[in-house]
Amino acid sequence: MKRTTAVFLTVLLFAGACDSGSGGGSGSSGSVPGVTDSEVVVGTHMPLTGPAAAGYSKIAPATKAYFDFVNANGGINGRKITYKVKDDGYNPATTQQVVRELVLQDKVFAILNGLGTPTHTGVLDFLKTNKVPDLFVASGSRNWNQVDKYPGTFGFNPDYTVEGKILGTYVKQNLAGKKTCFLGQDDDFGKDSLAGVEKTLGPVADKQTYVTSNPNVGPQIGAFKAAGCEVVVLATIPGFTALSLGTAAKIGYKPQFVVSNVGADPATVSKALGQAAPLLEGVVSANYLPLTTDDSSPWIQLYKKVNAQYNNNAEFDNNVVYGMSVAYLFVQSLQNAGKDLTRDGIVAAVEKNGFQGPGLVPLRFSDKDHAGYGGTQLTKIQSGKAVFFGTAFTTDDADAPVQPYTAQAVTPPQNGIPAA
Amino acid sequence: MTDLKEKQVTTSAVTTPKRRISPFVYVIAGALVILALTYTLPPFRNYQLATVGAYFTVTAGLTVLTGLNGQLSLGHGALMATGAYTFALTQNKWLHTPVSFVAAILVTTLAGVVIGLAAARLRGPYLAGLTLAVAVVVPSVTSTFDEVFNSDMGLSVALDPPPGVIPMERWQAWLCWTGALVTALLLATLVRGRFGRDLRAVRDDETAARLAGVNVARTQVLAFVVSAACAGLSGALFAVLAQSVSPGAFPLTLSLFLVMAIVIGGLGRLAGALLGAILLVALPALAQSAAESSGSQHLEGNLALVIFGVVLVVVMLAAPGGIASIRFDFWRKR
Repeated sequence: MKRTTAVFLTVLLFAGACDSGSGGGSGSSGSVPGVTDSEVVVGTHMPLTGPAAAGYSKIAPATKAYFDFVNANGGINGRKITYKVKDDGYNPATTQQVVRELVLQDKVFAILNGLGTPTHTGVLDFLKTNKVPDLFVASGSRNWNQVDKYPGTFGFNPDYTVEGKILGTYVKQNLAGKKTCFLGQDDDFGKDSLAGVEKTLGPVADKQTYVTSNPNVGPQIGAFKAAGCEVVVLATIPGFTALSLGTAAKIGYKPQFVVSNVGADPATVSKALGQAAPLLEGVVSANYLPLTTDDSSPWIQLYKKVNAQYNNNAEFDNNVVYGMSVAYLFVQSLQNAGKDLTRDGIVAAVEKNGFQGPGLVPLRFSDKDHAGYGGTQLTKIQSGKAVFFGTAFTTDDADAPVQPYTAQAVTPPQNGIPAA
Repeated sequence: MTDLKEKQVTTSAVTTPKRRISPFVYVIAGALVILALTYTLPPFRNYQLATVGAYFTVTAGLTVLTGLNGQLSLGHGALMATGAYTFALTQNKWLHTPVSFVAAILVTTLAGVVIGLAAARLRGPYLAGLTLAVAVVVPSVTSTFDEVFNSDMGLSVALDPPPGVIPMERWQAWLCWTGALVTALLLATLVRGRFGRDLRAVRDDETAARLAGVNVARTQVLAFVVSAACAGLSGALFAVLAQSVSPGAFPLTLSLFLVMAIVIGGLGRLAGALLGAILLVALPALAQSAAESSGSQHLEGNLALVIFGVVLVVVMLAAPGGIASIRFDFWRKR
């Protein structure tokens, strides 16, 4: 019977060890999880390590830095924002675990800016079942815009089809008659982007896909060269943008690259390219937030100040701007939801929209639309820096035309914190 | 007279065969403990408990293969993926969970037959290479037939809701531990019988086993098949836990972690497999806590690998037979 006892003890020890941590929740005393009179706790899952960590691991610290800045100035409605960041390594199974930990154990009020299409897709049902607001997902998949199925989920990025339509329009108007081909990630990112490109440009001459588990795009780029593609549209994450550019250079192939904003941050891609960073010169991309190099932008001035004070003066790239812009939008949402903060209340506040922030185009949020930004502006890399050209454009993921958007950009409030 | 009595007692203690406790007793006791835990633990701990059960299902099979039969597999993560995808596809098509579990086990068993037939002809690094190839092939299959497997995105699993008002995490723990305990019962029964003796004989000396009448090839293939079936069930349980299946959930590192877990726990013992399964859940959680308290969250994913490595080295130095052997040796000395 001793062995039986041992097995019992093992299991009980495990249970005991586990139980000792179970009390470590948010300390919420009210009926709304993660919310007390003095604190609101939100959480996220991010790839802080692993293959997708390059660049993306800088987003959460930037978001947290802006929250620290807000907290240092009194918080929102008397509440300090606590931001719990869990590393999922871009592994969907780990995402499942860490999101459950955030919701069931840490009792977060909401999940904010969970990153990745394959990773976040797996937790949609769990968040819905537990009625957890799922705000501003860090991906442009159209999955986040299913109002009937997932009423608490909202996107942030322009969806990949919207961006694809705008990139396709650029090619059609400025590179007319050139043979255009497409390389996309073998998931919603690539598929939705290709759908957008072909909506405005028509069928591309050749289309290829890659999987993140195989860091070799030689066959795909070789096929483009053999097919005589003069323009290559890339729906790639930063590492694969660098791989594509580097591989093309190696085989002496020089098409015009047009790259999704997801994989075009010059700082991140340059780092991956190393000494071959000049290959980025002339690459056309898109963005919907202020550029890091635009020191005249009051948003960049604000973010640089916060970055210096609360983010250990981290290298200032698009990921930092992205992370702080997400934080700014969440603070606006908290303000709009009012002092009596509830989960339903913040969902209603986001659907009400009317947000004024750093985006170059409006957010699409309404009770019928949970997509994020509704457009983007094009950039070109010149002397190693991305530079905007032309106007911004808006459209939708259906058949709406691609239209110029010329409204005046807003400036941040004097103290850098949005008011109600 | 007293001497004689003492002598009789001593002789009797030596010659009386030790009564072996039936695996049923362990399983029933285990089921009661698990049932009690699912009602006392908070939801997230129930989820972790369920995860331990799902891991135990695969580590138990792997420890039989590697510990008792001496075949090293670096591809059990891929076999789990096979079970998980089969479960997802059948569940999404027919919405019948028991059928999906059976389908997951059958398809993975079939894969186990194929790999086992090849593995029976290979040794050492060649066998490791073969199983490693299996781990690499699975992501390629999902991207080649992306209309079926949805490539890197993977598949969502349309899981039936738990019956009545049972919370999802408790329901998941019940399902996972039902699978784990049934696996434990079957494996314990199997390895106590002739099959277990054949496994050990082949592991210790193939030539001697063959001379003693053991069909070496058949035993090796059977060991792989049994182990693969366990991996398939484990994969299906993970599909239940995650409600989604993707190649990223079953990377090569998972296969390596499984091997490390059974070595640290105690190779060839079901108790070692249980300890290994607990470590697979507890060590990453410990790493996360350590990383959070150190303020360097970038360490989290890497720290789990480091901790596993350190624990492996320490355990191998202190107790080459794994953690379970400490308990075993301690009792034996008494």
